[in-house]
Amino acid sequence: MAEKMELKKVEVWDGNLAAAHSLRQAQVDVVSAYPITPSTPIVETFAKFLADGYVDGEYMMVESEHAAMSGCIGASAAGGRVATATSAQGFALMVETLYQASGMRLPIVLHVVNRALASPLNVNGDHSDMYLGRDSGWIQLDTFSPQEVYDMGLMAFKIGEDHDVRLPVMVHQDGFISSHTAQNVSPLSDDEAYEFVGEFKPMNAMLDFEKPISYGVQTEEDWHFEHKARQHNDLMTKVFPKIDEVFQEFEKKTGRKYKIVEDFYMDDARVAIVALGTTVETAKLAARILRKEEKIKAGVVGIRVLRPFPFEQLGEVLKKVKAIGTLDRSSPNGTVGMLYNEISGVLMGHGVKSIVLNYVYGLGGRDITVEMIKNIFRELDQNRKARKRISPVQQFVNLRGPKLEYFDASLVNRGK
Amino acid sequence: MLEIRWHSRAGQGAVTGAKGLADVIATTGKYVQAFAFYGSAKRGAAMTAYNRVSDEVIINHEKFMKPDYVLVIDPALVYTDNITLNEKETTKYIITTHLSKDELIKSQPELEGKDVYVVDCIQISLDTIGRPIPNTPMLGALMKVSGMYELDFFQEKMKEVLSKFPQKIIDANMKAIEIAYNEVK
Repeated sequence: MAEKMELKKVEVWDGNLAAAHSLRQAQVDVVSAYPITPSTPIVETFAKFLADGYVDGEYMMVESEHAAMSGCIGASAAGGRVATATSAQGFALMVETLYQASGMRLPIVLHVVNRALASPLNVNGDHSDMYLGRDSGWIQLDTFSPQEVYDMGLMAFKIGEDHDVRLPVMVHQDGFISSHTAQNVSPLSDDEAYEFVGEFKPMNAMLDFEKPISYGVQTEEDWHFEHKARQHNDLMTKVFPKIDEVFQEFEKKTGRKYKIVEDFYMDDARVAIVALGTTVETAKLAARILRKEEKIKAGVVGIRVLRPFPFEQLGEVLKKVKAIGTLDRSSPNGTVGMLYNEISGVLMGHGVKSIVLNYVYGLGGRDITVEMIKNIFRELDQNRKARKRISPVQQFVNLRGPKLEYFDASLVNRGK
Repeated sequence: MLEIRWHSRAGQGAVTGAKGLADVIATTGKYVQAFAFYGSAKRGAAMTAYNRVSDEVIINHEKFMKPDYVLVIDPALVYTDNITLNEKETTKYIITTHLSKDELIKSQPELEGKDVYVVDCIQISLDTIGRPIPNTPMLGALMKVSGMYELDFFQEKMKEVLSKFPQKIIDANMKAIEIAYNEVK
């Protein structure tokens, strides 16, 4: 029986420590890991918890991230609660196995501490790895602070392991900005947390010899499409109701309220920023200041669940806004940013015609300040007042050297 | 919002110091943040660490900071690091040095006219802890200069933060905090 840990009402934890405690409290059976900066302390701390008797489980050290996720797949298929953590190149090396995990419907929890992808080599935070995972069939939960890493870390098990869902879940946090920033975190007690997550209930466990089952089978044109379609259908129809249910249960227990799409000051917002990660909170601060000091009706939309994509929820929250800034922390490498595309699709799908701008920022950990976000809001407000797009579609924020901007407004006006 | 920037070398304990300070402050019901800039961190490389303290939940995640306090725990960084970066008129500097305040300002004219305090955290940590780990004495000096907490209260809280260490090390740290508290000028 695992030892219990006494926790204070308020701990000062960084995002990595918050994630490690969520794994410990969920009493994960197997962690198969190959550590990589900045996610290393998650699996390192979990291994220590295990060695000190705070978890009844197994820690597998393997030779690569590909092997780490393969170990997770094996353990999950065998019928255990399974989790691991990774970042950047480690995530990239896992990609093949990520698709295996979701295709086999294995509810593994993966903490992704977001970091830039080389080359050039860089250990700091951006969303390149998160974006790389978005077609992999996993549920992707995003967090904006260490408290949220802890909260989503517990809820991820409950969402993914549900027998209607049975899908793996990524919990994202910003490398260093969340993972290595210690802040106040209010944890549940070990008993409360375990009671909330619940005991792992295997489904189609490979080690259930009464009911033999195969994993990783081959299907060609006869059935492959149906399997993929079913997975997509479950992502589209089963996940959001479950997430809503888990969020509500969590709120009852902790008072902390989460939504699939988080919105701040959106009731009367005329301009809005759509973002991911810690930037959502910084943008909230910028909006608060601008509302007070410059009477700009600024709002912020934070995407809590990136996959499945909350198309309808975003349409609802953005329908009255006149100008929207989509903030992408990943190099689009030759096109507009992911959020620009997704949000444009959402607006078009809802018959909403708003001005949409795309800001690429923060690559490799480059700072995004309150002042820079205020400038984005100001520019959005000028576009709103002009009632047409007067700024280039895409700009780079806080870049050294000459200003980079693409898809210039003049190109749009040329046809008139 | 109270903001603090630490100038240190990797291995001198600025991150631990910033974290320890955050731990103590959080027990009084305030909200805290402690973080650092890591490059390809090597022992001895110049680095910075940061604290934010507020009565409200801290949602600011920018790295940019206009510090209320600048804590320099390695004496040479006064000359090689830009310790006055993004300062305010009211920024207070607490600097580890064996020099007097006048000698220090003479050797680094950038500090002329600024609110400077000096304390020899390196020597204090050598005398008490036996190693040049100037982070806890710097916290003692900060308590004195800022008036944040009474010495006794701070020491009690730091004992909890350090509780995983052997008693001998805890005692040495308490002594270091006390000497720096009394000696900072």
